[in-house]
Amino acid sequence: MHGLINRSIQCFLRDTYGSDVWTEIAADAGLGFDNFEALLVYEDAVTEQVLRFAAERLDKPVALLMEDLGTYLISNVGSGGLRRLLRFGGVSFVDFLHSLDDLQDRVRLAVPEIVLPALEVRHSTMKSFTVVCSFDRPGFGHVIVGILRAMADDYGALVLLNHLGGNSGIEVIEVEVLDIGFARGRSFALGASVT
Amino acid sequence: MVEAGDFTALAAEHLDRLMPMHVIVSETGHIRHVAPTLAKLLPGGDLAGRRFLEVIELRRPRNIHSMEDLRFAVEAPLHLRFRGALQTTFRGIAVPLAAGKGLLINLSFGIAVADAVRDHDLTNADFAPTDLTVEMLYLIEAKTAVMNESRNLNRRLQTARIAAEEQAYTDTLTGLKNRRAMDHVLARLTGSGARFALMHLDLDYFKDVNDTYGHAAGDHVLQNVARVLVEETREADTVARVGGDEFVLIFDRQVDPDRLRGIASRIIERLEEPVSFDGKTCRISGSVGIGTSTLYAQPVAEVMLADADAALYASKRKGRACATLVNEVEGWVGEGADREKQTA
Repeated sequence: MHGLINRSIQCFLRDTYGSDVWTEIAADAGLGFDNFEALLVYEDAVTEQVLRFAAERLDKPVALLMEDLGTYLISNVGSGGLRRLLRFGGVSFVDFLHSLDDLQDRVRLAVPEIVLPALEVRHSTMKSFTVVCSFDRPGFGHVIVGILRAMADDYGALVLLNHLGGNSGIEVIEVEVLDIGFARGRSFALGASVT
Repeated sequence: MVEAGDFTALAAEHLDRLMPMHVIVSETGHIRHVAPTLAKLLPGGDLAGRRFLEVIELRRPRNIHSMEDLRFAVEAPLHLRFRGALQTTFRGIAVPLAAGKGLLINLSFGIAVADAVRDHDLTNADFAPTDLTVEMLYLIEAKTAVMNESRNLNRRLQTARIAAEEQAYTDTLTGLKNRRAMDHVLARLTGSGARFALMHLDLDYFKDVNDTYGHAAGDHVLQNVARVLVEETREADTVARVGGDEFVLIFDRQVDPDRLRGIASRIIERLEEPVSFDGKTCRISGSVGIGTSTLYAQPVAEVMLADADAALYASKRKGRACATLVNEVEGWVGEGADREKQTA
């Protein structure tokens, strides 16, 4: 799996549970190092090992850990970049939801070698949506749930999210938008200075 | 057949949505309409009624001073700037409207799009959905993040490369092992209880060669020394350059004092053979100190090295170009009770 994903997991565990815990998990997982390079590609098994040992060490279900990871990716101060990149998707949370269809292509524009879950957004009414997440590694739908939850906050929208489970590489998430302008949300300027 | 005009008759609001940065200029050269995104950029309020060429400066093509001139620039790429405070430059294209209705001039940001968007605080809603400006901004930001990461990676790799070079086990000048490699070999041998000998060699008169003939000559001599040492030792032995003109030789399973003395003599003999470099003749020799693991109940690398060094200096005192065994040095106490005190 791409280093960006592995490094995200590393930063999440380190920032949330402390560097000692991360170092232990890295050792338990038999990495032989404790720092993923964001631009290198690693074996999928490495990522699975890390997640498995992290869940064990923290005594949490993997699904919950992955949802926390998704939330962290957006709300953590240090990773403001990802939040900004996702906000390019649209002016409102609903625009953003629709932009998820293109997410994979957008990310590949910047990092051609990355493989991310493919997302397909369907809506049954103007306020209820399903996001279908296809990925050859299970559980990543939970990361999407965390990301959607944090992005809804970012846009100031009130939403209900429900991971409906799934099988053979397909996970389904139900999104119900209760109030699109529930809170103020965080500001976003298209042309923020690039550093 | 349907007239082309039937297709192009658009409501002003739809035109604004399609081209939110256009201007409509009348036959007489007066601005009739400024589309919303462009209007947002222009300070000083409504431009309607002002003369287009008074408000903008055409930078390319040049020499456009009248509406008549502008009509010749129809369909040509325009580069223009608004007069006054606004520094942003635009690209544009002018097309004629229906007869007698003037021109439509559509503008876009040029290559400075990112600065323009930031300076004017534009949002997605300011661009037509078909416009890729937002994608361009996204790409600039994403690529910048990736480039930063890439720079960091390069810096880490560079640091790691330097560290790896420092840790490498080879002396780059002579191709012999370096001190680090010697430390490893000694640690392994002393730890395993193997029988071995350690020879400490310091070149004599080498400094003179360096001072008289220069470093290139000195390097040549060192390379020659390395060759001699390799030739006079076996595959299983270790030859390391541990200082400028200092070498340590480790002889695997060879602890016979007479044999070792013989090897040392041969080495010194060969080192004394003149070496010519660049037409000059360089002469050196060597002093040697020899210790064997069998002199110690529990050999310790540091102790053996210190003892060999003491034996080497005894050779120097005897007039150089000779070898001394560790246990021949005056005051050698072996592994007595005073040992720790002495080496402390």
